[in-house]
Amino acid sequence: MSTLEMILNGQEVSVDVEPGDLLAHVLRDKLGLIGTKISCEEGECGACTVLVDGRTVDSCIYPALKAQGREVVTIEGLGQDNRLDPIQQAFVDKTAPQCGYCIPGMVISAKALLDETLHPTRKEIEEGISGNLCRCTGYYQIIEAIELAAARLAEKGGLG
Amino acid sequence: MWDEYLFPASVEEALEMLEAHGGEARIIAGGTDLVLQSQRGQCPAKVMVDITRIPGLDHIEERDGLIYIGAQATHGQVAASPLIRSRAGVLAEACGSVGGPQIRNVGTLVGNVVNALPAADGAIALFALDAEAEVVERRGRRWTPIASLYAGVGLCTVDPCAAMITQLRFPALGKGEAGAFERLAKRRALVLPILNAAAIVGLRRNKVQKARIAIGPVASTPFVVAEAAESLVGQTPDEERITRAAKLAAQTAQPRDSLLRGSAEYRKAMVEVLVRRALWRAVEAASLQEDEDVNS
Repeated sequence: MSTLEMILNGQEVSVDVEPGDLLAHVLRDKLGLIGTKISCEEGECGACTVLVDGRTVDSCIYPALKAQGREVVTIEGLGQDNRLDPIQQAFVDKTAPQCGYCIPGMVISAKALLDETLHPTRKEIEEGISGNLCRCTGYYQIIEAIELAAARLAEKGGLG
Repeated sequence: MWDEYLFPASVEEALEMLEAHGGEARIIAGGTDLVLQSQRGQCPAKVMVDITRIPGLDHIEERDGLIYIGAQATHGQVAASPLIRSRAGVLAEACGSVGGPQIRNVGTLVGNVVNALPAADGAIALFALDAEAEVVERRGRRWTPIASLYAGVGLCTVDPCAAMITQLRFPALGKGEAGAFERLAKRRALVLPILNAAAIVGLRRNKVQKARIAIGPVASTPFVVAEAAESLVGQTPDEERITRAAKLAAQTAQPRDSLLRGSAEYRKAMVEVLVRRALWRAVEAASLQEDEDVNS
């Protein structure tokens, strides 16, 4: 047993983990953050996407101890109190979620993209979510939602 | 899954950890393949020695005409590197087509070599670039051509339980030289290639001075088609000669029937298409470079 210490959604967190634990399982089973979804468990669908030091990773194949001392952001880290993050709000406004299972990962990938550029081209958006599969195939609404979020954020001057 | 997860602070300490566990420990970098292999029982090692926090292994730099890439450099970092994009664009293209962003943010290019798969996009470009790897063992370090490290599908002669690759190097593409990478797959992301091809062409006064072509997966290792490349040397790279070289590449390639990737016949035909496209783009880019040099 080892102790994993990380900054999780802005808070210092310390949790006991096994050497072979993967980050997605630690987040869901030990820390109760079930917004991060597990689907393919082989790094092919992106449902488990979280940010580690600002970059997207597939947390279902990411050894938890790699996050030692790092900043981790999950879907629960977006928005405040009962207010949705602008990206989440845009997904709602464009009715981007269908079954919803891929959406936390999609939103996190969108966040990584918009943290880097506030004026993404459509191609950059497509590339930004190319590691996330939606089996409802609702990609157009998702892309439109990210475009809407980008436009709103650009107006406000960034994610802050 | 594992008994211990260790973070050595130096290459020496990593090798000591490996030795102390006598074959039970192995090197892990990004782990994007290794985690799956462990889960499927294909990796007997129970102790992971994670090299991603060792200082001095994250470089992507040029020294004396050679480009050096450290063992921690991820596919994403290589693909985005201005140095790689301008002096080894073929590798940037290849690394940019691996998996999706999440995989590229974690999986390393050196890991691509250690995994020794004949379809690995990054490795195909490295073969075209004639790359070497620095192998470090307890008894010392040595540079060796990456081709010498491939012993079969998934078999690398660098034993991850006793040694590691610390960096790669290859000549930066110079005046009149350029490369291109082509890939055939069922989707544009998150899928293994049906075929891939990397070509490098060096031009002087519109004649081919050097050419290298690597393709995968058509053999047990990334496959360099020397005859096809040599057929271009000394020639003006026009449509006829490029088509002939591509046909030659297809004749040499021995793809197998594959349920995942398609029939041997189909893939052999596609080798010609991919090699022709890669050569065309490489020739176009190389002649642009040559023109710039003439004008400047």
